[in-house]
Amino acid sequence: MTIQRSSWGSSVTSATIASPRDYLQTQMRWRWSEIAFWFATLLPFIVTPDYLLLASQVAIAALFVLSLDLILGFAGIVSLGHAAYFGVGAYTAGLISKWGWGEPLTGLLIAALAAGVFGYLTSFIVARFRHLPLIMITLGIGLLLQEAANSASWLTGGFDGLQGIRTWPIAGRFRFDLYGYTAYGYALAALFVIFLGARRLIHSPFGLALRGIRDNSQRMRAIGASTYSHIRTIYTIAAMIAGIAGAILAQSTETVSLEALGFQRSADVLVMLILGGTGRLYGGLLGAIVYMVARDQFSGLNPQYWYFWIGLLLIAVVVVLPNGLLGGLTLLTRRSKAAS
Amino acid sequence: MQRLLCGLAGCALTLLFGAAAADAQETVKIGLIMPYSGQFADTATQMDNGIKLYMKQHGDSAGRSKIELIRKDTGGIAPDVAKRLSQEVIVRDHADLLGGFVLTPNALAAADVSAEAKKFMVVMNAATSIITTKSPYIARTSVTTPQLNHTLGVWAAKNGIKKIYTMVSDYGPGIDAETWFQKGFKDGGGEIVGSVRFPVANPDFSAFVQRAKDSNPDAIYIWVPGGAQPAAIGKALAERGIDASKTKILGQDALSAETALKSMGDAALGIITVAYYDYNLDTPMNKAFVKAYNDEFHRNPDFFAVGGYDGMQLIYAALQKTGGKTDGDTLIAAAKGMAWDSPRGPMSIDPETRDVVQTVHIFKVEKVGGELRNVEIDKVPNVKDPGHMAH
Repeated sequence: MTIQRSSWGSSVTSATIASPRDYLQTQMRWRWSEIAFWFATLLPFIVTPDYLLLASQVAIAALFVLSLDLILGFAGIVSLGHAAYFGVGAYTAGLISKWGWGEPLTGLLIAALAAGVFGYLTSFIVARFRHLPLIMITLGIGLLLQEAANSASWLTGGFDGLQGIRTWPIAGRFRFDLYGYTAYGYALAALFVIFLGARRLIHSPFGLALRGIRDNSQRMRAIGASTYSHIRTIYTIAAMIAGIAGAILAQSTETVSLEALGFQRSADVLVMLILGGTGRLYGGLLGAIVYMVARDQFSGLNPQYWYFWIGLLLIAVVVVLPNGLLGGLTLLTRRSKAAS
Repeated sequence: MQRLLCGLAGCALTLLFGAAAADAQETVKIGLIMPYSGQFADTATQMDNGIKLYMKQHGDSAGRSKIELIRKDTGGIAPDVAKRLSQEVIVRDHADLLGGFVLTPNALAAADVSAEAKKFMVVMNAATSIITTKSPYIARTSVTTPQLNHTLGVWAAKNGIKKIYTMVSDYGPGIDAETWFQKGFKDGGGEIVGSVRFPVANPDFSAFVQRAKDSNPDAIYIWVPGGAQPAAIGKALAERGIDASKTKILGQDALSAETALKSMGDAALGIITVAYYDYNLDTPMNKAFVKAYNDEFHRNPDFFAVGGYDGMQLIYAALQKTGGKTDGDTLIAAAKGMAWDSPRGPMSIDPETRDVVQTVHIFKVEKVGGELRNVEIDKVPNVKDPGHMAH
């Protein structure tokens, strides 16, 4: 293997690398394109203040996609029920607020814990399977949880959704306004902090081991890596991040309903990840931005038949760019570099 | 900078055209939040048709105001999306009021926006009782679940039915319907001999129907959502040999909706349903409405369509009364107590609860000219929402 993919997709040849530590450090280095990306995330505040609410939901979706990328893109765990953890986080944050504690940051932590505990418990089943059986199992977990939430309507509010969520202003100062300034700032801050953690994680030896499991789990076991415990760890971490994404949605919109746990949400997040490109961290973020903005624009133009355009977009991307938008972008920059 | 420039340009334009604009109409924008796509798309289509028909018949001006619609798609049950769209349509598109709302979770989420932004909001379908309590600026032109089912319960007890078995879908609306039907029936002196809740997407009802039959009731009350379910339950009733002349089948509108009757066939004969609207209502006003609707859209209207139609009636009448003022307080004050004749019969907005007061109709499925139709057999005038009285 001579070419390694870094988080931003640019290539590093192994000939220049002296030791594994050096390799990881090369990968860790911040690139200008990354710094530019994060500065660009501040643009909606100035350029499109009318779209801050959409931007906040894009940031939440990006966080959710990031959590799926950690298990699917880096550890090869295919999931069709990832919304289960999103929903646990959302309901936890909603319930705490309903029961009288509307402070958002502590709510976020408790929601992350709850989703993490649920993720840890289910990780024991998940770690034992791969590929198709895994799809069925994650799908099953999602459906079971949704049905449980439906029947426990005394707790969750059932079909009508959880009522009575009131989120206090952040730090007692920034209340969630009609324009979405606070919502976007809050979601973006959470996304950035968690992204830093995820970036650090995948460029650690642990992250390298995950990629090994993704590419050949039997070989990893043969060289003595404890693949089960690695999978359990990353699955729990991903569940926590999904829970945080759910909690931010619950806190900023003050609503939670059964669709937070639904299959549609699990499918949407998978589509966003595939659209952007798996196993690249930024791929998911890009996918979330393109998918959510396209949805908003298409449905604004044609409220009835906009799914047609979304479908067309997806097919076009998958046919033309099999590695997602980011994969295509990387290819393009590499070619233009080679040409110059 | 961009905003500043826009502001300056706006000032200049106002100065230039100010005099002319004073005579021109003010545009009132209505943000319609509905599930235009996804599995509930047809309900939104019917409601949108009702709205279109009203505007075709009455023009696009209400008093001094020119009406402009802004349609937003929630894609199904998605309160977070419905809330964002309601906020966006107000802050970005400068909508003056909100309308539509087929689904309860979405209406509840948007209610917060209506309360915070002080915008008039007209709920044209979503039927859970509590919605109107969520914002002081909401009025409803459809129905509430208790309004129909409590009425049916009381009616059943009055009409010689002593023992009833109830079966409902196990989720919010089904449980709501069960609760209020049972309450109405017991208030009227009837006895519930058994009840069951089945999963929402239940494919086969044979076992449930058999159990109901075994408890030997005078009638079976059924609540299932529209779509594929009424046909499935009709099949089970026929298979288990339920004779509608001995054991009556009671339910709410969706059980005997036009599409449900088509798929059920003769198994539907004798089913008694409660509704606030059906296209078979035999009044001159409804006949004209059904004809106009058919001319325009080549299908029959349903309760979604009439909810949208009356929603626009309320908005037009309120705007005429306020002289074009669109702030929430003025509009809701104008809407309170408003009364008019609808294709469904006389209706009004309760000044206290801002919920709809109307005639509740009891229908029975009969064959008219070789076609299965809902024929009105009884009605209860001036029904208020019993749900609000319970709070």
